[in-house]
Amino acid sequence: MSDELTPSLKAELLAEFEKDWRKELRRTVPAKERMKTSRRPMPERPPDVRNKDFDEVNLGLGPEEAVEEARRCLDCAKPGCVAGCPVRIDIPSFIKLIEKGDFAASAAKIREANSLPAVCGRVCPQETQCEETCNLRKASGVPVAIGNLERFVSDFERRKGGIDLPEMAPPSGRKAAVVGAGPAGLTVAGELAKHGHRVTVFEALHEAGGVLIYGIPEFRLPKSILQAEVAYLESLGVEFRMNFIVGKTATVDDLRHEGYEVVFIGTGAGLPNFMKIPGENLVGVYSANEYLTRVNLMRAYDFPRYDTPVFPGRQAAVIGGGNVAMDSVRTAKRLGAEKAVIIYRRSRTEMPARVEEVHHAEQEGVEFHFLTVPTRYIGDDHGRVRAMECLRMELGEPDDSGRRRPVPVPGSEFITEVDLVVVAIGQSPNPLIPQTTPGLSVGKWGTIEVDWETMATSLPGVFSGGDIVRGGATVILAMGDARVAATAMDRRLKAGSAGRDQT
Amino acid sequence: MPRIVRRERLVPNIHLLEVEAPEIASKCRAGQFVIVMPDARGERIPLTIADWDRDRGTVVCVFMAVGTTTRKLALLRGGDDIPIFAGPLGLPSEIRPFGTVLCAGGCFGIAAIHPLVRALKEAGNRVLVLVDVKAGYLLYWEDKLRALADEFIVSSRDGTYHSTDYVPRRVREVLERERVDRIHAVGCTYLMSSVAEATRPSGVRTMVSLNPIMVDGTGMCGACRVTVDGKTKFACVDGPDFDGHLVDWNELYARRKSYFDDEIRSLCAWEEENFP
Ligand SMILES: Cc1cc2nc3c(=O)[nH]c(=O)nc-3n(C[C@H](O)[C@H](O)[C@H](O)COP(=O)(O)OP(=O)(O)OC[C@H]3O[C@@H](n4cnc5c(N)ncnc54)[C@H](O)[C@@H]3O)c2cc1C
Ligand SMILES: Cc1cc2nc3c(=O)[nH]c(=O)nc-3n(C[C@H](O)[C@H](O)[C@H](O)COP(=O)(O)OP(=O)(O)OC[C@H]3O[C@@H](n4cnc5c(N)ncnc54)[C@H](O)[C@@H]3O)c2cc1C
Ligand code: SF4
Ligand code: FES
Repeated sequence: MSDELTPSLKAELLAEFEKDWRKELRRTVPAKERMKTSRRPMPERPPDVRNKDFDEVNLGLGPEEAVEEARRCLDCAKPGCVAGCPVRIDIPSFIKLIEKGDFAASAAKIREANSLPAVCGRVCPQETQCEETCNLRKASGVPVAIGNLERFVSDFERRKGGIDLPEMAPPSGRKAAVVGAGPAGLTVAGELAKHGHRVTVFEALHEAGGVLIYGIPEFRLPKSILQAEVAYLESLGVEFRMNFIVGKTATVDDLRHEGYEVVFIGTGAGLPNFMKIPGENLVGVYSANEYLTRVNLMRAYDFPRYDTPVFPGRQAAVIGGGNVAMDSVRTAKRLGAEKAVIIYRRSRTEMPARVEEVHHAEQEGVEFHFLTVPTRYIGDDHGRVRAMECLRMELGEPDDSGRRRPVPVPGSEFITEVDLVVVAIGQSPNPLIPQTTPGLSVGKWGTIEVDWETMATSLPGVFSGGDIVRGGATVILAMGDARVAATAMDRRLKAGSAGRDQT
Repeated sequence: MPRIVRRERLVPNIHLLEVEAPEIASKCRAGQFVIVMPDARGERIPLTIADWDRDRGTVVCVFMAVGTTTRKLALLRGGDDIPIFAGPLGLPSEIRPFGTVLCAGGCFGIAAIHPLVRALKEAGNRVLVLVDVKAGYLLYWEDKLRALADEFIVSSRDGTYHSTDYVPRRVREVLERERVDRIHAVGCTYLMSSVAEATRPSGVRTMVSLNPIMVDGTGMCGACRVTVDGKTKFACVDGPDFDGHLVDWNELYARRKSYFDDEIRSLCAWEEENFP
């Protein structure tokens, strides 16, 4: 991603910046005044209450708090925040609309660039995106709480009785298929529907949302938010075919033969990685995907009311340092683990998880063991895990990613008791579609290759985006890809058969 | 939602489910399975595709009522909707002209070997069918299998069909009697592992259709991990068919028992709710 804004975007931002009401707001409260107030903290439920249930941790800002926080924003002539946002939301505009009290307009403003604001307001790593490049952070050290404000307006929008229908283009009579109902697929579906195309989403699981529904837990992202988004897409005319595994139930070619002129592949990176160490197949050792899917998608936290069980560990170890690991360890805590630890091979500063998740996990009583890797799992007579052997690491020379590479400390092995292990060391793209789609170019790691200008794959009419091309990224990047793809797909559909061989 | 065409009790505890699923019917091949969930609070379980009708667009599964999910399925009726009936999953069985193939099936496996027998016949094989039942009255689909098989052998522990021997011994008998080029066993883990042990000395390739616990059935979770030839495989995408002589059976037994206590709790809760 380049931090440079395009000239047209700069012009749009400037036009909004120059509007009279914006000038007026800037005049009435001078920047100095704005910088005096401190950041409104996100209200959250107490750690020792929330670590026993699955209700949402963050409660969200109230209207007064949101307006106060919005007032902190300096409404910069050159807003650093926009350059830090992967989808270039007009951040100063939506924040100033909050300050003005026009929450509905603010929500609509975000929706121009972001189709899933209630999701992004909760799960984006703002501290390394918009809030990192916020000018107020540079000036005072504490950025505007952009994520919390995004969450506030989108929650307002949903609670006031649903998302307003956008302007719809007249029906084009053309059909588009979207494979995968994750953030990438849902975004493409919404965009193409708005352009008047008939969109069908094919999803392998029985609920739409991708990782947002099966991976990210209720306490961080309530399912009702996804349900509202799906209802919104249905109101735009999007059809959902659930329990439909493309590559098995029908191939991409079959869909093309059925008259879907364009296909978007947004199947994510769903294949769990294991470390290939002894004992990994013992009972009680889960992939994060299995563990979280049982709990979230299958509602194992409500067993036996729901039929799917999950093993409630007393001494849980989660391997990894990303968001997936944080979600798993906090889930283990909630399911009753007396001890829930993160085992991470690098140090705290290298952890890829969102800062807020790490902070919340610590508050909830999760322990962190840095510079440690498991080397084998030890089972009991019934094939259940009862202990793990770990090795201490120290930081050596920087690797390709610029992070210092952990190297083992010889002879530092130690054994610790565990009865639940969750392996959260990353996911790879699922090979199902590449294997069943002749002519689709795939890169070294099994990711689908695309032209980044249009997200077109090697197959004419077939586009892709999100984790299946990036190999594990973020919600906002998946959505950004999807918007690029949707624009190109719309162009192709409008060009009709004349453009069939061009994109 | 897919609609159930019929649900029928074949013999005590074993039921047939026929579901409208035209896409699956047109795509499925011998050895593949579907993931089924009986109701909104249910669990996703795998069931082998036992038959299909491409013209009517229907798919047939045969299941044994052993726990909560299969009991819930046993109470469904024709005309009911079923929330999840997804597939066809897994790799199809390898079908080639092998020569003489012995297909052994027990409990739900009697139905599960049916498409296999049919496909092997179509590929020009001589197919011997060996089915295992605890007692003669538990035998079903005899006509269907007899019509396809070159020889049909029943092993029934109550002696209804002459011998009371368990499957492995009957398999050995056949191997002593004639040359068999390939064996395929489907049923409970015990049946499959004991057939594999019985044929190990002969070295005849023995395929088994593994039945680990599954969740998604698409390679996403790894619940279905099995060790084959020292390597971890996901049964739902790399299988379910594997060479029985290379399977780590002890691991499979242990992993299948992962939720033993929970399964009983689940069943008790369900019974209390439905038969107070
Ligand atoms: C536990 C966890 C926590 C995370 N936390 C964060 C976070 O806090 N912030 C953040 O920005 N990102 C986070 N991420 C990453 C983020 O969720 C992903 O980058 C994002 O969801 C990718 O979106 P996607 O649409 O490409 O794929 P996915 O969300 O993976 O969706 C893909 C969909 O395609 C379906 N599918 C797959 N194969 C087929 C097929 N053959 N046919 C039909 N459908 C198919 C899948 O079932 C799934 O529904 C997290 C990921 C995980 C696992
Ligand atoms: C690829 C695949 C294909 C399968 N095909 C079929 C099929 O066609 N028909 C069918 O009936 N089953 C089939 N199974 C097994 C089926 O999925 C299980 O029977 C089912 O999950 C049981 O769910 P439940 O909730 O009713 O019982 P649970 O409560 O999960 O289990 C109850 C008890 O029964 C035992 N048990 C479960 N399944 C079996 C079994 N098959 N044999 C012996 N004991 C068992 C369990 O270990 C447990 O002790 C298949 C499994 C796989 C992996
Ligand atoms: S950079 Fe920060 S202060 Fe400036 S407009 Fe953006 S959010 Fe407001
Ligand atoms: S059942 Fe989930 S990967 Fe096989």
